[in-house]
Amino acid sequence: MTATASPVTRPPVQARSGGFLSRALSFLFTQEVILFLVLVVLIVLVGSANPRYVAERNFINILNGNAYIAVAAIGMSMVIISRNIDISIGSLIGVLGTLSGTIAINGYPIWASWLVPIVAGALVGAVIGFLVAYLRIPAIVVTLGLLSILKGGLITITGGAWITDLPSDYFLAQMKSPAFSFLGLNVPEIPSPILLMIILTILAAIWMRYSTTGRAIYAVGGNAEAARLSGISEKRIIMTVFIINGITAGIAAVLWATQLSIIQSTVPAGLELQIITSAVVGGVSILGGIGTTVGAMLAAILLSAINSALVFINISPYWFRAVVGVLILVTVLADRLRRQRNRASERG
Amino acid sequence: MVPGEVHALLGENGAGKSTLIKIISGVYKPDGGEMRLDGKLVAFSNPREAQAGGIATIYQELSLYPELTVAENIFMGHAPRRQVGPVKVVNWSEMTVRAKEILASLNIHDLDVRRKVGSLSVGNRQRVEIAKALSINARILIMDEPTAALTEADVIRLFEIVRLLRQRGVAIIYISHRLGEVFELADRVTVLRDGQYVGTNEVKDVTPDHLISMMVGRTIDNLFPKLDTTVGAPVLEVRNLWNKPLCRDVSFQVRAGEIVGLAGLVGSGRSELAQTIFGFTPAQSGEIILNGQTIRVRNPGDAMKHGIAYVPEDRGTQGLIREMRIRENVSLAVLKTLTRTGFINSPAERDLAAHAIEQLGIRAYSPEQLVSKLSGGNQQKVVVSKWLASKPKVLIMDEPTRGVDVGAKAEIHRLISELASQGLAILMISSELPEVLGMSDRVLVMREGRIVAEFARKDATQENVVSAMMREASEPNGVPTPQGVLQ
Repeated sequence: MTATASPVTRPPVQARSGGFLSRALSFLFTQEVILFLVLVVLIVLVGSANPRYVAERNFINILNGNAYIAVAAIGMSMVIISRNIDISIGSLIGVLGTLSGTIAINGYPIWASWLVPIVAGALVGAVIGFLVAYLRIPAIVVTLGLLSILKGGLITITGGAWITDLPSDYFLAQMKSPAFSFLGLNVPEIPSPILLMIILTILAAIWMRYSTTGRAIYAVGGNAEAARLSGISEKRIIMTVFIINGITAGIAAVLWATQLSIIQSTVPAGLELQIITSAVVGGVSILGGIGTTVGAMLAAILLSAINSALVFINISPYWFRAVVGVLILVTVLADRLRRQRNRASERG
Repeated sequence: MVPGEVHALLGENGAGKSTLIKIISGVYKPDGGEMRLDGKLVAFSNPREAQAGGIATIYQELSLYPELTVAENIFMGHAPRRQVGPVKVVNWSEMTVRAKEILASLNIHDLDVRRKVGSLSVGNRQRVEIAKALSINARILIMDEPTAALTEADVIRLFEIVRLLRQRGVAIIYISHRLGEVFELADRVTVLRDGQYVGTNEVKDVTPDHLISMMVGRTIDNLFPKLDTTVGAPVLEVRNLWNKPLCRDVSFQVRAGEIVGLAGLVGSGRSELAQTIFGFTPAQSGEIILNGQTIRVRNPGDAMKHGIAYVPEDRGTQGLIREMRIRENVSLAVLKTLTRTGFINSPAERDLAAHAIEQLGIRAYSPEQLVSKLSGGNQQKVVVSKWLASKPKVLIMDEPTRGVDVGAKAEIHRLISELASQGLAILMISSELPEVLGMSDRVLVMREGRIVAEFARKDATQENVVSAMMREASEPNGVPTPQGVLQ
């Protein structure tokens, strides 16, 4: 049965029909563009103060060393967009990285040391998702518990020992793009972490924007009750975001573990905060429903650029945390103002 | 108001009763007018001032602290104190003694003042509220639907307490939807309609029918272009549906091309019934039959699969996703049908949104506009178009025109009417009686979770429907039922 009805009155064509200029302007003020501009300005300023900062090797190194944070921020963005949070992610990356190294030194095939942490991450994500979606425990409580379990468990089992004598073909993060030649790709020599970061971010961005599940994630985060009344299974969506988050945490863990010739089997300090901050500064609303993975990646790059810039302009790196704190407050404040403006114009 | 009087306040949904008591008790500020207490002009700018003036209010939702004891709740904010050296501390023993005294003065002897309020029954919590009002020496007590959540035995005790208070010279403003209570308790009764004063009478001078005729007759602020339709075969049939507490043994049917209006007071179970049919709160027992086939509805997805659509009551919390664009909201309920291999068919989605804007006359400059920037009426149209996109066989609309302006209202009514003439079966819940009467082919009346009356269009007058909405369930044959009570 088709439900059609004649329009009562033709809606008046509104003047603000979004001309090229206004569309260009609204594009300019997206979080992604602002972040990109801030990044460019930062590089130019710090680069003119200390040219070594912009030397090709240095900048590639910064990106390379921090790409795993951007990869983890992909899954985290989805979790936060669905109006959840995962504060155990730093510990999870530490545990999965140690797992990866342990597999590698025990004579298993190298691909297993890369793949098993990702599968394990997905399983942990499924457990978190189950506890949140089906047992209705708030995500912050579930992951707070998990944080302690993982962190404590890791230190108990390994005693914080270093994993050394890793096989020479284990170091995925040190490989250049030819490592991807088996995919038949003819790409220039980009270090694999950067390449992975870019590919995964783009895939995730397309998926979030154009897939049905991606749309449903935004819907659940925006208004869970309306989403449920529209036939969207909130439980399935929560499971999905936490599993994806576990997978990206697994990939991030492998990138982290394969960076250096040793793995210190502890949890990188403050890592979860840096990942969550990347998502939030990248424009993902902590209240859910808003944000993109591209923004999160750009914010992750910006944060690492700031971190290393401090060294190059002779400011104590201890200032980094303060700078990060200011960035968080500014973005959250901007988000709040944006929502308030929307609400005000709705009444008018 | 005179001391020792019980004054009942009556009116339909939205007649302005709650607003009036909130002004009296200082929650809202009046736009104009004056209020006199003991002949003196008063103006309360907050509830505390009203309490100081001796006015205490007991709202439908009780305002007690469940983790504190009975005595602590009674003396919240004005606990008896004693001096210990330089500081004043709470005098617990005096508090316990005085709490017991107050309860005893209400003939309540079976309530331990040291118990936590959270562990008490609803009836006992209400008694604590009354005691709390007395502890501030209230001379005027306002009770907003005190019996709505009470059991029969609790109601009887409440009445005893009210009579006791009356003897002690406390003036009571008593709001209730139950006419029987008004006649049992009240000395005088005031009727409101559309926020306006209709009249005050001595209870002994009026009859229930008289009061009902005072309450109805709300102004019809626009005309409903109801089209004549040919009513077809039953599409939706509900049999013995149970979902306690507000859906009790409900049976009815809606035919193709028919608009069935569901009337009832706020809290009578209309929305609960709709949400049970839609699977948001799945039924405990009973049958939902669609086109002759019994269907299982465990969640909204099941209901949608079978062609049931539900336009919820509150578009802000249940209908819209504010952060999303018009296009994204319109397609939300039909994402599955727009999906090809996991991805949304974007051109089809844009067409759908453009069509919705055209069809419903949504005033927006683009389908890409955020819904939070639309007016209330246009937001409502977005919610309606979301459900029309699912091409339903049965459309359940819960308060389809709440909070929209008169022009948008007329457009939505016309849309509903046109949809019915195309053969859609429509169940419309509305608290606006003129809307129900103007739009419906048939009117069902709910009260306390049951369907208590059914009227054909020609028999559905304001008096009949209101009378069915408000009478006591216990009154035998009190409901004029031209067609018999139930099918």
